Amino acid sequence: MKSSLQKFKESYFLYSFRQDKVAMASFIAIIIFIILAITAPWTAPMDPYDANNIDIMNSEIPPSWNEGGEAAFPLGTDNMGRDMLSTMLYGLRTSIMIGIGAVSLQALIGIFMGLSAGYLGGKTDAILMRIADIQFSFPYLMLAILVGAIFQIVFGISRYEQLAIPLLILIIGFAEWPMYARTIRASVMREKNKEYVEAAKVIGLSKSVIMVRHVLPNSLTSLMVISTIQIANAVMSEAALSFLGLGMPVTMPSLGSLIRSGFDYIFSGSWWITIFPGILLILFVLAINLLGDWLRDVLNPKLYKG
Amino acid sequence: MVAFIIRRAIQAILVMLIISLIGFSIKSNIGDPVRDLVGERVTPAERAEIADQLGLNDPFPTQYIRFVKNVLHGDFGTSLIYRKPCLEVILKHAPATIELVLGAALIIILISLPLGVFSALKPKHLFSRFIMGFSTLGVSIPVFLTAIMFIYLFSVTLGWLPSYGRGETIDIFNNGYWNSGFLTIDGLRHLILPCISLASIMLPLYIRLIRSEMMEVLETEYIKYAWAKGLSPMRIWLVHAFKNTLLPVVTVFGLQIGIMFAFTILTETVFQWQGMGFMFLEAIQRADISLLIAYLVIVASVFVLVNTVVDIFYGFINPTVRISGTK
Amino acid sequence: MPHLLELHDLEVRFALRTGDIIAIDGVDLTLDKGETLGLVGESGAGKSVTGFSIINLISKPGYISKGKIIFNGDEISSYSDEKMREIRGNKISMIFQDPMMTLNPVFTIGFQMIETLQAHRKISKADARNIALEKLKKVHIPSPEQRLEQYPHELSGGMRQRIIIAISLLTDPAIIIADEPTTALDVTIQAEIMDLLQELCESENMALILITHDLGVVSQVTERMAVMYAGKIIECGLTDQIVKHPVHPYTEGLIKSIPGTVITPGCDLVQIPGMMPTLTNIPPGCAFNPRCYLKEAICTTKTPELKDAGNGVWAACHMR
Repeated sequence: MKSSLQKFKESYFLYSFRQDKVAMASFIAIIIFIILAITAPWTAPMDPYDANNIDIMNSEIPPSWNEGGEAAFPLGTDNMGRDMLSTMLYGLRTSIMIGIGAVSLQALIGIFMGLSAGYLGGKTDAILMRIADIQFSFPYLMLAILVGAIFQIVFGISRYEQLAIPLLILIIGFAEWPMYARTIRASVMREKNKEYVEAAKVIGLSKSVIMVRHVLPNSLTSLMVISTIQIANAVMSEAALSFLGLGMPVTMPSLGSLIRSGFDYIFSGSWWITIFPGILLILFVLAINLLGDWLRDVLNPKLYKG
Repeated sequence: MVAFIIRRAIQAILVMLIISLIGFSIKSNIGDPVRDLVGERVTPAERAEIADQLGLNDPFPTQYIRFVKNVLHGDFGTSLIYRKPCLEVILKHAPATIELVLGAALIIILISLPLGVFSALKPKHLFSRFIMGFSTLGVSIPVFLTAIMFIYLFSVTLGWLPSYGRGETIDIFNNGYWNSGFLTIDGLRHLILPCISLASIMLPLYIRLIRSEMMEVLETEYIKYAWAKGLSPMRIWLVHAFKNTLLPVVTVFGLQIGIMFAFTILTETVFQWQGMGFMFLEAIQRADISLLIAYLVIVASVFVLVNTVVDIFYGFINPTVRISGTK
Repeated sequence: MPHLLELHDLEVRFALRTGDIIAIDGVDLTLDKGETLGLVGESGAGKSVTGFSIINLISKPGYISKGKIIFNGDEISSYSDEKMREIRGNKISMIFQDPMMTLNPVFTIGFQMIETLQAHRKISKADARNIALEKLKKVHIPSPEQRLEQYPHELSGGMRQRIIIAISLLTDPAIIIADEPTTALDVTIQAEIMDLLQELCESENMALILITHDLGVVSQVTERMAVMYAGKIIECGLTDQIVKHPVHPYTEGLIKSIPGTVITPGCDLVQIPGMMPTLTNIPPGCAFNPRCYLKEAICTTKTPELKDAGNGVWAACHMR
């Protein structure tokens, strides 16, 4: 018997991964970004959340290689005098946290809805999928903005800012669950009539056990592909919400709110406050998208085609 | 067919009712119509009296039915910021957004069709790889960032194009509603950056969609048969394959126009574009609940309407496409 | 007299990532004017690829790697794509397997007929339309004027295959290549379509290459036949002779496995044991040897050549 590790080592999956330089590079990049995000509190030159470190006199210092730059602030400072590099690392951390949280929530709701729809069938299926269809037909971003706006009005701005991380996870999570639900349901429908499911029925396994233990693993490739794309989308949605002022506050910035706070200063020439976090955001999302493209090509799952 | 249309219509009405119910619950829970009407400086007794006059103490269903009735008559209440009926405020902001979306849609069609078709026909060509790489980069850049970078490059650094506002507009119908930027040079110059920014988010998706649909079509038997009939490559690609590619693409395009409206909120914010998105964000910032709800209900109705129409339209062309089967 | 069509030592390869595989390995065939030839074999034997290679329309990544195809004395296998277009659908027409998939769903029958004529002749729309009508009548299609305005999905499978036959007649071709023309149709319609094809070939003096796995059809329709196995022709000659006295053990097995030929009620259906090898692992020697009841040592080492087996039949077998 081969161990599963060994099987993985000899698989086509790994082989084509090693052949594809772009996939490898983007995978490594993602790993680096995640490590940077996790270790930000220890590796960042300063803690941008701590007001004691911030000196307004240091505001809008250009990057160190520009005229007027200082070595202490390699990428310059923002309008509040925070070190850009540190603030960006913390921002990346927040963005990734919200992205992963929101996608987990999407997956949780979507898988539950998709499985119940596919497995209960009949009216439940019709109703659940109709809900998914209706929500799907609304642009998720608009939904997220609307819900965010209502939350902000209900909670008031300051309370909303305190609760921003869980709220954003909730908003973005709810805005895009139909994607998962539809994919899962499609694969349940596909697997439902296959022989192994019949066999499992014959040996007397309950429907829910069959769904979770047999059908769900067969949807994993599709889930993997969507999840990469969805994380990229979630990070972008978070950035968009923050940019509109419906996301992270400037005191606890994500990449999106950093870009927003810098936008006001771009006309006076302080481009780095916007452009650096922007580039970081693009690189991160690009790496995920490139990896997602490669995954889709290799695993070639039958994705739900809207 | 008739049964299908009726079923879809009933569904659409149901969805609208649910949305209006959600809208109304938000409005009745967090809105404060008394303040909207008379401001903060009234005594509690006066407040109670006004609330009673407005019917705010009626049971929820009664209030909801009144809300729906008013909405059906076009009465969405009064906007707190603009001190005007919400419908009027939205209608006055709509043309700016529609022009922005139209301009972007035009750019998308003009660019995505040739590029998508080319990269489907010559997938290994260097230029196709460049297109695909570029489109992956394109989907990875948030639309507001594209906008900001355009402003920095073309307005701040080069000074070629204006960075905010709509510029000189012309009142087309002379009634103060439709001010168009399409008819003046200045208006067109102001349109360029916002339209390109808005197009940038959907463009890569369309290039990919057209490419993959076209590649799928090129693999079909009827295309192989077209080759066997001895038709010229141009005819096979641009007549036979193209028309089959177009049907699904047009359908998706119809549905996705809604998404473009969502992204106008971002584009309009960056470019200070006085459209519905800009107005919507203003309403959020100043807690103008009536205007917010009016926006929600109107935009949702437009979506439901567009979706229903596209669905029904698709129902009509479906037999042709499905039975004789590309899928 | 020279043959109308000759295939000399034709080899077709598919370039895969892991290296080339040989789909057709040294096929020789001839076809005379007005002659009907059956090309028989299991799926994957290379019969369809042979058919498509004649008009140089093999699906990618396939390509002709060796050999010649000569049509009317011209080596068409060396033609450019542009020159080849004058042959395709003009001198040599094809009929595809599944009529449901062959016609473009978004164009009318008339559009698809007229464009074929206009691709090959300088002809007005009205004239092309008249020719289309005439051909539709030839394939016994009721109310042809009406059909021209219809879309493919409005017609039944049998009707569509008739229309495809009509399209292939438009330019009065010398050869029609029919690739499993009846497989996708109902049994009752299959016979009608085959009768129609046979009748047309006689009346128009066209040659027909009928690609099929159905020996019954071949024996009814064709004058000569060739049996393919794993990319090679293993037996060819006069259809009547082969059906009555097959030489190659594979052909023998094929004929015996047709229900109703040598079967009495109650006896088991005869079948050839095993499966045809995939193109990536063809056994050395005679490709059929693992399944053959006559197998000897030489069969696993030396590839048999086609040799005269008498009565106008050639077969590639060491033992017969």
